[in-house]
Amino acid sequence: MTRLFVPRDSAALAVGAEAVVRAVLAETACRGQSVDIVRTGSRGLYWLEPLVEVETAEGRIGYGPVTPADLASLFDAGFLSGGAHRLRIGRPEAHPWLARQTRLTFARCGVVDPLSLADYEAHDGLAGLRRALEIGPAATIEAVAASGLRGRGGAGFPTGVKWKTVAETPSDQRYIVCNADEGDSGTFADRMMMEGDPFALIEGMVIAGLAVGATRGYVYSRSEYPHANATFAAAIEAARAGGLLGEDILGSRTAFDMQLRVGAGAYVCGEETALLESLEGRRGMVRAKPPLPALKGLFGRPTVVNNVLSLATAPWILAHGAKAYAEFGLGRSRGAMPIQIAGNVRHGGLFETAFGLTLGEIVEEIGGGTASGRPVRAVQCGGPLGAYFPPALFDTTYDFEAFAARDGLIGHGGVVVFDDTVDMAAQARFALEFCGIESCGKCTPCRIGAVRGVEVVDKIRAGVAREANLALLKDLCRIMKLGSLCALGGFTPYPVMSALTHFPEDFAGAPLAAEALEAL
Amino acid sequence: MTEARSHAWNPELADAIIARRLDEPGSCLPILHDLQAAFGCVPQAAVPMVARALNLSRAEVHGVVSFYHDFRSEPAGRRVVRLCRAEACQSVGGEAAARTLLAALGVDWGQTTLDGAITVEPVYCLGLCAVAPAALIDGEPVGRLTGEGLIEELLVGGA
Repeated sequence: MTRLFVPRDSAALAVGAEAVVRAVLAETACRGQSVDIVRTGSRGLYWLEPLVEVETAEGRIGYGPVTPADLASLFDAGFLSGGAHRLRIGRPEAHPWLARQTRLTFARCGVVDPLSLADYEAHDGLAGLRRALEIGPAATIEAVAASGLRGRGGAGFPTGVKWKTVAETPSDQRYIVCNADEGDSGTFADRMMMEGDPFALIEGMVIAGLAVGATRGYVYSRSEYPHANATFAAAIEAARAGGLLGEDILGSRTAFDMQLRVGAGAYVCGEETALLESLEGRRGMVRAKPPLPALKGLFGRPTVVNNVLSLATAPWILAHGAKAYAEFGLGRSRGAMPIQIAGNVRHGGLFETAFGLTLGEIVEEIGGGTASGRPVRAVQCGGPLGAYFPPALFDTTYDFEAFAARDGLIGHGGVVVFDDTVDMAAQARFALEFCGIESCGKCTPCRIGAVRGVEVVDKIRAGVAREANLALLKDLCRIMKLGSLCALGGFTPYPVMSALTHFPEDFAGAPLAAEALEAL
Repeated sequence: MTEARSHAWNPELADAIIARRLDEPGSCLPILHDLQAAFGCVPQAAVPMVARALNLSRAEVHGVVSFYHDFRSEPAGRRVVRLCRAEACQSVGGEAAARTLLAALGVDWGQTTLDGAITVEPVYCLGLCAVAPAALIDGEPVGRLTGEGLIEELLVGGA
């Protein structure tokens, strides 16, 4: 029977994948045909979603974006055998947008059935774990360290160093905590992984557990991701049934098991110590460091806290070797980064590539410029705590250090494009407002600074003592940056100061009219 | 992903929900989620019960409930729209779409229409940033939305 592949990825569902499946079934019933529909994750070419793929003699052939209204003509064109149609994109792997990528962490996403362990193994799954079992904990940690992998959650801390610290800290119990609280606007790689290749994350957590001597793991996800949570919970069950989790992992007589926990709409819980507080059942209040979670983390025990992508990359590193991974990238940014291109952009999606492209290549070449067709004015990189870059800085190389050198951050890999209709003073105000809404309240610079910051921006926009208030805003940003306990208060100055530095004209316009002030 | 219709307050049911997770370490959040799934909110009367079961003070449990945006003190409307207000959605007109919807419903953020039909809640990122603006309507993702499209879905086409 012909196999059709249709994503069940949330963003594909958001643009009608489910209606397409219903239309396929109706059309096949009408024509007395039958197809086997496999639900996959997304390839990450979101402007082509819903992207339907059909298995043919020449491999899988993609059609997209498909709407229910296209089904009759697709069947007429013989799309079940790869027939010509205006929506035909050919083999997805050969599509320039995918062909140009280096898919390491996301090699299987959009290809496999996310809940089939057999499919996972058939696509190189479990090779990393088998290798880890063979070489033992010390060599596993050494491989992750030698690969140069740095935390993909945002901070970019070397993963191998973290694992080594946890392994070397004496304790009766250690934990692996996966930070899947992907709250940054413009990012969706963790969600795609949990929906499209959840076994990679599970395998990565098992490898981490074996490496550091932890037998318990938690994945802390978000309530904003109901579909990812459902898929991931089902994957945990399947992994238990398949011997990938439990008392005797793949017959090795070592134990590891995990639980999915779901947050409750608090952005700050993406900060690792707030996350641990939340996992322990308390308010998501940031803890002072030291002690580091690696020494004293969940329930006071040594804990690896890693992002989804860091953990899901470990299997590739073990399977292919540290050297193979480190050969990608440049400087101290090794390997490949799943960049997420979003916002007002023509070709939005997930683009995994070795570090080293320029921001301009990412936005203009790969993203194809704005969706609105207007000029790009600003690009926010690294989520709501990341800086806004103007096109004048499009020569910035996409790596941790080059972005830091220009007062920015790559964070979790989000790139949000804005056209020339954006009001950068409004964006600066939003950054502070968001900080105020999400502040855990523990430290004063964040709790008070965010609220005062909004007031000061409002005064600047209203033309009230503008010069004095601009100086005050800069001073406030300095205090928040240096005095906050975590990145929420500490990095909110990035979007504010970058807006102020690169787009000063937006803070210098005519004072807002009375009615606009009312609306503030 | 449609939320089940919520039960009226029932202390025996609440007790059973709490008891189910007592063996799990750090189970306060999962218990609160379960209570909200059953009752549509975290009822005031459940707070001392959770406190007693977890050996916490009522103030501590109240502190947890009030910290997280998700936990409600009253059940939401029959339909819940969680509309994203974060940057990626802002970049493609999300705020204008939101204003159109809120005006048509005559509510502000977090409010429920007077007939109890629809609640509109702000949310900061649904991970649907490449198909923005986005929302979850009764747990189902909607992308590339417009104010008019939302009104059509909720007031004209919807139940």
